[in-house]
Amino acid sequence: MLRVPLSKALPNAVKAVCSPKRGSTTLAKAPEKIEVFIDDKSVMVEPGTTVLQAAAMVGVEIPRFCYHERLAVAGNCRMCLVEVEKSPKPVAACAMPVMKGWRIKTNSDMTKKAREGVMEFLLVNHPLDCPICDQGGECDLQDQSMAFGSDRSRFTDIQFSGKRAVEDKDVGPLIKTVMTRCIHCTRCIRFASEVAGIDDLGTTGRGSDMQIGTYVEKFFLSELSGNVIDLCPVGALTSKPYAFTARPWETRKTESVDVLDAVGSNIIVSTRTGEVMRILPRLNEEVNEEWLSDKARFSYDGLKRQRLITPMLKGPEGELLPVEWEDALSFASKAIRDAGSEIGVIAGGQADAEALIALKDLINKLGSELVCTERAFPDDGAGTDLRSSYLLNSKITGIEEADVVLLIGTNPRFEAPLVNSRIRKAWVHNELEVGLIGPCVNLTYSFDHLGEDPNVIEEVLSGKHPFAKKLLNAKKPLIILGSQQLERNDGVAILSKVQQMAKHLSSKIGSEWKVLNILQQVASQVAALDLGYKAGVESLKECPPKVLFLLGADECAITRDDLPQSTTVIYLGSHGDNGASMADIVLPAAAYTEKQATYVNTEGRAQQTLVAVTPPGMAREDWKIIRAISEVVGKKLPYDTLNEIRGRLEQVSPNLTRYGEAEEANFYDQAVELSKEACNKLDCEPLEVKYKDLEDYYMTDPISRASTTMAKCVQAVRKQKESKYYDSGTA
Amino acid sequence: MNLLPNLRRLVQNLVTQRTLKTSSISLSENLFVHRDSAEDNPDIKFEFNEENKKRADAILSIYPEGHKRAAMIPLLDLAQRQHGWLPISAMHKVAEILDLPKMRVYEVATFYTMFMRKPTGKYHVQVCTTTPCWLRGSDEVLSCCKSELGIGVGETSKDGMFTLSEVECLGACVNAPMIQVNDDYYEDLTPETTRKILNELKASKKPPPGPQNGRFAAEPKGDFTSLKSEPPGPGFKMQDL
Repeated sequence: MLRVPLSKALPNAVKAVCSPKRGSTTLAKAPEKIEVFIDDKSVMVEPGTTVLQAAAMVGVEIPRFCYHERLAVAGNCRMCLVEVEKSPKPVAACAMPVMKGWRIKTNSDMTKKAREGVMEFLLVNHPLDCPICDQGGECDLQDQSMAFGSDRSRFTDIQFSGKRAVEDKDVGPLIKTVMTRCIHCTRCIRFASEVAGIDDLGTTGRGSDMQIGTYVEKFFLSELSGNVIDLCPVGALTSKPYAFTARPWETRKTESVDVLDAVGSNIIVSTRTGEVMRILPRLNEEVNEEWLSDKARFSYDGLKRQRLITPMLKGPEGELLPVEWEDALSFASKAIRDAGSEIGVIAGGQADAEALIALKDLINKLGSELVCTERAFPDDGAGTDLRSSYLLNSKITGIEEADVVLLIGTNPRFEAPLVNSRIRKAWVHNELEVGLIGPCVNLTYSFDHLGEDPNVIEEVLSGKHPFAKKLLNAKKPLIILGSQQLERNDGVAILSKVQQMAKHLSSKIGSEWKVLNILQQVASQVAALDLGYKAGVESLKECPPKVLFLLGADECAITRDDLPQSTTVIYLGSHGDNGASMADIVLPAAAYTEKQATYVNTEGRAQQTLVAVTPPGMAREDWKIIRAISEVVGKKLPYDTLNEIRGRLEQVSPNLTRYGEAEEANFYDQAVELSKEACNKLDCEPLEVKYKDLEDYYMTDPISRASTTMAKCVQAVRKQKESKYYDSGTA
Repeated sequence: MNLLPNLRRLVQNLVTQRTLKTSSISLSENLFVHRDSAEDNPDIKFEFNEENKKRADAILSIYPEGHKRAAMIPLLDLAQRQHGWLPISAMHKVAEILDLPKMRVYEVATFYTMFMRKPTGKYHVQVCTTTPCWLRGSDEVLSCCKSELGIGVGETSKDGMFTLSEVECLGACVNAPMIQVNDDYYEDLTPETTRKILNELKASKKPPPGPQNGRFAAEPKGDFTSLKSEPPGPGFKMQDL
């Protein structure tokens, strides 16, 4: 999409300020509010407000199909026609700015007639297949035809030429299309080009031949593609994996949080008959707005496959044999008792705070301090002691205000798609300038590529690099550092340089604006560091313990080869993945949809998942298993209920139970001072990111690796790459 | 006796039933999705020739920086004139020149019916069959074209010389019936003159365009019918004061 000029992007605020006005109006003066009347109710609005927005202010909802507040106004469905007094024709409320003293009638005869007419035209070319349509029950067209349509039909043509029919498009493994149902609202096109940044959808043809599609045979592949399903007001675009499985009124909805990346998108888990039927986004302006990434939305089928449903012990021939909980627990505790204090823990990417604290308490009681996370973080300098060095300090909403962003060693598009969509939003609407140090990837917006060499960081810091000037001149600069770079050998030097750069910039601005941001990749990391876990497994590799606990650790940070034969590996997790395959004792735990658990996202925002379904088979909630082990071992943990363990969480780190709030970090300057003392030598090895391509995005954790839908996505991306219409520049 | 109640019911029906006249939907014979074919696929490269490259630069220079996408229609037209019709690779070329997503070009190329997205003959014969032409005998002109060229509407002759289309009003109703061959209008046709034009085209000659019955532009066919008398002088129909 072309970038919208500033004056167009912010019609209300900027136009009034920027447009040259005759007369003596000063530039800083706020535009005067104007009075309009909606159904004779007076409302004061800013100039430039549309009729639809003004009506919404007094609680009058005008029906609409094409209008969506997060997308550009199209004004093509005409459903929002309303009567305006003294106007000869009804006006489209979504596109018409109000004028002073307008009297808008949202319920007059003219308005009703206009709506009925528009609805009739829409229905003439819409098939009457609601009984077999997946949108049934949550269909805007269905609802609005009940509320605003005519109560009788004049449609008699069915015997003659039939209705318009459009061939279905194959846009990939996630979105099912029934294009005959399409009412041409163009929401999907606008989403693709404005939010997702993939200009693959469009309208072809004209008049009654018009259709929505890709014109050529091409998939619509984007990490955000699933959102067009929610946007589609009819059943033209529906979810392929969810097709014909449930009706919205049959499902139970549980508000939860996604844990497949570190954004912590808010989700609704729809369940029926003890199964997750689908996952939908839940509105949270501060985190995910109303979007959801495809991995979070579609990998739920991974919750049913490859699950550990029974405790297992390694048999004589190295194979895992199912056993009862009693046996598993006694074996595990025997191993733990024998190991004494030589015991260690690796926490994986999806471990919840309750399990993390329970396991840490147990290990500490046994006299060991070897509690580690899979993802490393430099230990020198301030290490993980100061939260500011591992959080996205400016918050996700801060990105929208920023005017210059420097991305270092990260590909936010695939590490945190919804952070990337915010950056794109600012790029489109706020004239944001982006710089990238790291591999040149497609971020869906333009950026200055400063190189892959970490020494560029040094150049920017010292002001030698041309981009440094942009950063220095910025009013609200942001630096986003990918957590993956901190796992490098020179991680501490990178962190230190970035912290110095951030300090330099923020001292120049002098306000409360936070410059330093770390983008985490996994959902458990912030909570683990908050609770005092040691980042990285180096210490475990140095002195391998006799018992190693893997708390859902499947990234192969430690392999069996790193451990002596005598080490007993206990795997506690939900999926039979890399971790379970190297374990001697496997304890089946709950996945994120099956437990009430606390997660902290990359901003430091504590959020909780709720129980949507029960854990399968004999699987149990993670912290309860640890609590049971502690009792058998003889080091009983002092909490029996969720409230009690949350009380313990609060003791350790009070922010962990303040749900929905992102706790501010501080001590930025001290962190800089401490890290200055650490090693400051940057390597020459170029910065690398793990997820470069859409192909790498889909299967990154045990749940998405078990998901067939995600596997199909990877397959689709590979197929697309072979297509003649594949465009490496835009895909 | 039975007639009266029947009649009454009929009248009642006429009064109470809302009268909504429908006609069958007529749709374009073109496809609005692309299917790769032997003549039209992205592997066949399209490149503007030297002369047209200069033209393209001239077209682009008209539009200010940031609004270069406005050159899309002229460039597509240029490509069509060079190639005879508009293959998918020409659309890709235009997208590349304008640095736009390909979809934005597909949208424009499919919207305008004058962009021919399938192989078209050297002479594109478009017969107007809208009411004025139809009243003046466009049916005969069309059937003459069909028989003379040996192709139906929407088809292209085997030698790639002619494509026949039926089109809506081309705005030459005063000279009805008419056909358009490429850029030229042939007006005031009869089956005979149509045949003559097509034969000359077949012989690679270009018949003179315009009215074929000898009149100039839209002048009356015979003599002038009005404004023939001497214009009245000043003071005409003025009241004496």
